[in-house]
Amino acid sequence: MTVPSTASHRAPPEPKNSGKNIQFLKRGEVVCLSNVPPSRTLLELLREDLDCTGTKEGCGEGDCGACTVVLGEAVDGELSLKAVNSCIRLAHSIDGMAIWTVEDIASNTATCKPHTLQAGAAGLALPDRRRNGPLGGQEAHAVSDRGGHLHPAQQAMLQCHGSQCGFCTPGFVMSMFALYENLVCQGKTIDRALAQEALSGNLCRCTGYRPILEAAQQMAGLPQVAIDRAKVLQKLKHITPESNAAGADLAYQMPGDLAALLAAKAAFPNAQIVAGTTDVGLWVTKQHAQFDQIIDMSRVKELRRIEQHPHHTAIGAAVTLTDAFAALVAERPQLHAFTTRFAGLSVRNSGTLGGNVAGGSPIGDSMPLLIALGASVVLMSVRGSRQFAVEDFYTGYKKNQLAPDEVLAWIMVPKAAAGEQVEIYKISKRFDDDISAVCLAIDLQVVHGVVTQASIGAGGVAATPVRAVKTQAALVGQDWSQATVDHAIGVLRGEFSPISDMRASASYRVQVLGNLLQRFWLQSQGVQQINLQNFTREAML
Amino acid sequence: MNAAGQSCFHESARAQVAGAATYVDDIAELKGTLYAAPIMSKIAHGRLVSIDCAAALAMPGVVNVVLACDVPGERMLAAFAGDEPVFAEHTVQHVGQVMGVVVAKTVMQARRAARQVVCNIDRLPAVLDVYTALREKSYVLPPVFVKRGDAAAALGKAAHTLQGKLEVGGQEHFYLEGQVAYVVPQEQNQWAVYSSTQHPGEVQHWVAHALGIANHAVRVECRRMGGGFGGKETQAGHLAVWAAVAAHKLNCPIKLRLDRDEDFMITGKRHPFAYDYTVGFDDSGRITGLQLMMAVNCGFSADLSGPVADRAIFHADNAYFLQDVDIASYRLKTHTQSHTAFRGFGGPQGMIVIESIMGDIARVLGVDPLDVRKRNLYGIDERNVTHYGMTIEDNILAPLLSKLQQTSSYDERRASISRWNANSPVIKRGIAITPVKFGISFTATLFNQAGSLVHVYLDGSVQVNHGGTEMGQGLNTKVAQIVADELGVAFERVLCTASDTSKIPNASATAASAGTDLNARAAQYAARTVRDNLAQFVSGLDNCGAGAVRFGGGQVSSPNRSRAFAEVVKLAYANRIQLWSDGFYRTPKIHYDKTTLTGRPFYYFAYGAACTEVAIDTLTGESRVLKVDILQDAGCSINPAIDIGQIEGGFVQGMGWLTTEQLVWNDKGVLSTHAPSTYKIPATGDIPEHFKVDFWHEPNREDNVFGSKAVGEPPFMLAISVYEALRDAVGAASPASPSQPVVLRAPATAENVLRALGGCP
Repeated sequence: MTVPSTASHRAPPEPKNSGKNIQFLKRGEVVCLSNVPPSRTLLELLREDLDCTGTKEGCGEGDCGACTVVLGEAVDGELSLKAVNSCIRLAHSIDGMAIWTVEDIASNTATCKPHTLQAGAAGLALPDRRRNGPLGGQEAHAVSDRGGHLHPAQQAMLQCHGSQCGFCTPGFVMSMFALYENLVCQGKTIDRALAQEALSGNLCRCTGYRPILEAAQQMAGLPQVAIDRAKVLQKLKHITPESNAAGADLAYQMPGDLAALLAAKAAFPNAQIVAGTTDVGLWVTKQHAQFDQIIDMSRVKELRRIEQHPHHTAIGAAVTLTDAFAALVAERPQLHAFTTRFAGLSVRNSGTLGGNVAGGSPIGDSMPLLIALGASVVLMSVRGSRQFAVEDFYTGYKKNQLAPDEVLAWIMVPKAAAGEQVEIYKISKRFDDDISAVCLAIDLQVVHGVVTQASIGAGGVAATPVRAVKTQAALVGQDWSQATVDHAIGVLRGEFSPISDMRASASYRVQVLGNLLQRFWLQSQGVQQINLQNFTREAML
Repeated sequence: MNAAGQSCFHESARAQVAGAATYVDDIAELKGTLYAAPIMSKIAHGRLVSIDCAAALAMPGVVNVVLACDVPGERMLAAFAGDEPVFAEHTVQHVGQVMGVVVAKTVMQARRAARQVVCNIDRLPAVLDVYTALREKSYVLPPVFVKRGDAAAALGKAAHTLQGKLEVGGQEHFYLEGQVAYVVPQEQNQWAVYSSTQHPGEVQHWVAHALGIANHAVRVECRRMGGGFGGKETQAGHLAVWAAVAAHKLNCPIKLRLDRDEDFMITGKRHPFAYDYTVGFDDSGRITGLQLMMAVNCGFSADLSGPVADRAIFHADNAYFLQDVDIASYRLKTHTQSHTAFRGFGGPQGMIVIESIMGDIARVLGVDPLDVRKRNLYGIDERNVTHYGMTIEDNILAPLLSKLQQTSSYDERRASISRWNANSPVIKRGIAITPVKFGISFTATLFNQAGSLVHVYLDGSVQVNHGGTEMGQGLNTKVAQIVADELGVAFERVLCTASDTSKIPNASATAASAGTDLNARAAQYAARTVRDNLAQFVSGLDNCGAGAVRFGGGQVSSPNRSRAFAEVVKLAYANRIQLWSDGFYRTPKIHYDKTTLTGRPFYYFAYGAACTEVAIDTLTGESRVLKVDILQDAGCSINPAIDIGQIEGGFVQGMGWLTTEQLVWNDKGVLSTHAPSTYKIPATGDIPEHFKVDFWHEPNREDNVFGSKAVGEPPFMLAISVYEALRDAVGAASPASPSQPVVLRAPATAENVLRALGGCP
């Protein structure tokens, strides 16, 4: 082996810093940081710049939850608290928010090492840690391992023996802290199903989860504490980020309204659009992407809305998956179980439906559903707007109709029609927090025993999410019968040529695609207990 | 009240829930620390022609590149078989093999630059599956054959014979804390190594070997790991050596932390196995002869594959007496990661095949699998010698199985499941009880030794150190409980400190479930010496025999008076009494002949059984675990809560191995499931609501610390009941052919279940 010693390559330039400050609340104090590179993750900021090492990196892709932190944001005058994955969240995205990490929720300790807040490896300037006075709520219940009071989420984990190696523990604690604030502090109880759903994005390799699920249910029984939400809100008012002037030459732009967003995209057509970064965050951690220009649309006030129109629901592209799914489930309650199986809660709390659709992954789970429901997307630019059916939005593998100056702004989902039968089936190796091998969504109208409308979306079977046009044709106008279904199954199996990969073989995908249509048929005939997704042993006894 | 036997909280739990427990990557870094990232092969097998680092060196923040030529000492790792290079130098042998590291000012700069290193590799033919390896006699170690009686003759006479094949996949450890090492140069060519390792002594030895210095110049410390499961037994050594070589070249502190994908691509996993067998049995289902071939996929090097494959042989009987048996074990070399220790250490792979055989015998005969299992159990006074010549002296299998059969209402549930299945068109349920008999001790007898230091300070507080490591399993907690009782002080007065090669030398890996057996006993002996010193001293003060001095409740009492422990300590110090001691323990009775694979490799056996009920979807192959009842023999539990944690956690980990956790290598030898997005360990939603653990209440019949039994690995294999229940459900879905074996490849993913059902080509 020889080792050439020539070093003739020119070094790529260091990406520029954002030029924009980040301000957020932590432990009741305003933290202000400058010169944070646009691609820096929130986890890097916490662990490397602020030396808050309680938050852990387990996977760097939002799957294990060891990095879970809680973000607080003023929404319609209320404090909204959400557990999110800090490993794939960009640091800039928390500008103007409050953050709680595992070190912050027990009382009277300084487990975060303030003396180490100094210029770090990322070239950060010294942060301006302005002391704006105590934040009653945040400090009142702070606690630690050096005495003092643990938060009930922590105390319950301790008492239930929910921590073994302890590496996943901070993430579980923070998911439980959010659950505690959002349910226990609102007078609600936590049952096993709620605990399981709230912790679906947190992996533990030691315990087998039983003690953790018990801790989540038992923390309500401990002496209650709560954030002083009014004080946090008051504090947040002083650090609301200024929306940048349209076209400002900043590496990280965070427009506050639609006009500013469109102007920014027109001025910087090559800028990377982000919202919750549950996908783009992985480009940073896994592909080592560095962006010169980021436009964060998560604060665009118009696009954070869900609008109810007579015939459709319009979901803004900055609406999180959690909120978007809640709207879809309100319209079609049978979708609930499916929506809880989409990633983990912490990803749904950060990621957006618009991001899932715009990403265009062939195994993105929302698109087969949206295709079956006949949804469309609205693309906007300073030049105007265009609308496409979801399936027509895609032009190839992760390619779409978006022009360089356009953004995906709205998703329009038709309201439930009388008599519609809508189901979505997801097949994955693990039930929760997994990506589909095959996903099939079916919206059928049967009138007097005859199929009058069929709308079928499929994932995992082609280079893009697709509509099963041939299968629809094989159904419409036919008697809704086993014979029709048998024929349609054959058509469906032949309609796509899926690939074999680590999730499933092509032959399995083809086979199961048809079998899921059979499941839909049986379900339409009232056959019970045919789907393990909502199967309980108790129900059978 | 004594501490041992109580469910004391894990000694670190309070710090862990508060985010204040320190792992290697959390240690405050010294000024000048640089970061390393691995340069990995993209080719499964090839001749390494050149490495072009120019582009990487030109990247922002990059300081240097460290390659094989920079290794100051031995360029081969000090591994068991000496067959692994520190950095690949002439050939690469798996995708992900490390050829060097890039060092930069930040982690991301190093990782980014590592991908810019251009490796010129001439491809060579790669062996990627065990069948090819078998055909080509591609071995990392020679095959091993174990025989008793005449299996061929027994098969010739058998009333029934059954031939079968089975494939069982590997498993990624998925410790939540990935592999990490932080190496800090000290004065005079001495080195401090902070390593997330189950075996600090081996890390020390490996680092010294690679740096070409004596062991005494390397100090390795590990306060805790964020999970180990066997994955940090040898594999942690690689990281530490790479970081040390870089630190040596650049003379500065180096941290090397793999990201999750690198960890998957570089480190070894549980060995995948394939089996080929012929079994003979009588009308009652009793096995009369067995020929079994085990093809062990070891990856590119031997690592611990020899002892893993040996343990698979030792557990191919599981709970059953095999009179005439013939086992062939092939330790196959493939161009993949070098598979390594993982909870159970070959035991699971030995047991699953015999349990699979039990299930199929029952199906062929049309009888209940539990009856076949009971029919084959080891006896008490006869049929009680294993195929490796060890007489089983502590057999509780029959009463244990019967008790679980009763408490889990197995018979009633089997009947009701049959009725329910008859009326359920799509979903089918299955149930199974499987036993575990797991041998406790390192099969290499020399590793069964341990040391400890107990220090009593003047305020009466106690510090204990031992050669074991804490990976979440609660070893430190149990050791502290035992020491507290020995000195009669409160549990809170005893502190366990970080594992440190400068405190306990030559310690064995914390492995083989033996961490508590070995280290808690050594600590007990150390504490006992201190106690004896104090008793002797008090006996002089109070004019009584030393044996009359009692320690308990924080008091030291003679027949004449009682004093606080701290008071006695102060008095003793003033009288120049030694207040600290070492302790040493070696496991008695064990012996083992490596050439004949016979002897008594195990001090005792840990037993257990699980009853698992599942449901499968015959349209999709999806499955759910519905109900689990476990009865585990942990002897006298030192800490019931911690032991239940091991039992539940082990079971769920085993369930993952056999259901959702699928490692997929593509036809180029690339592991395509290299992160949790594609590799699925169990999550909160996979746990049955009814998940009940009971203890078998009987002290260890051998003299073991507190009468306890090891509990780290044995429960893992209880999850074979999940696999057997799934096969039961598959069998129930095929009523037309009830006398057929069920061929279900593990892990039983939806696809593999559908294939077992005949519903997928």
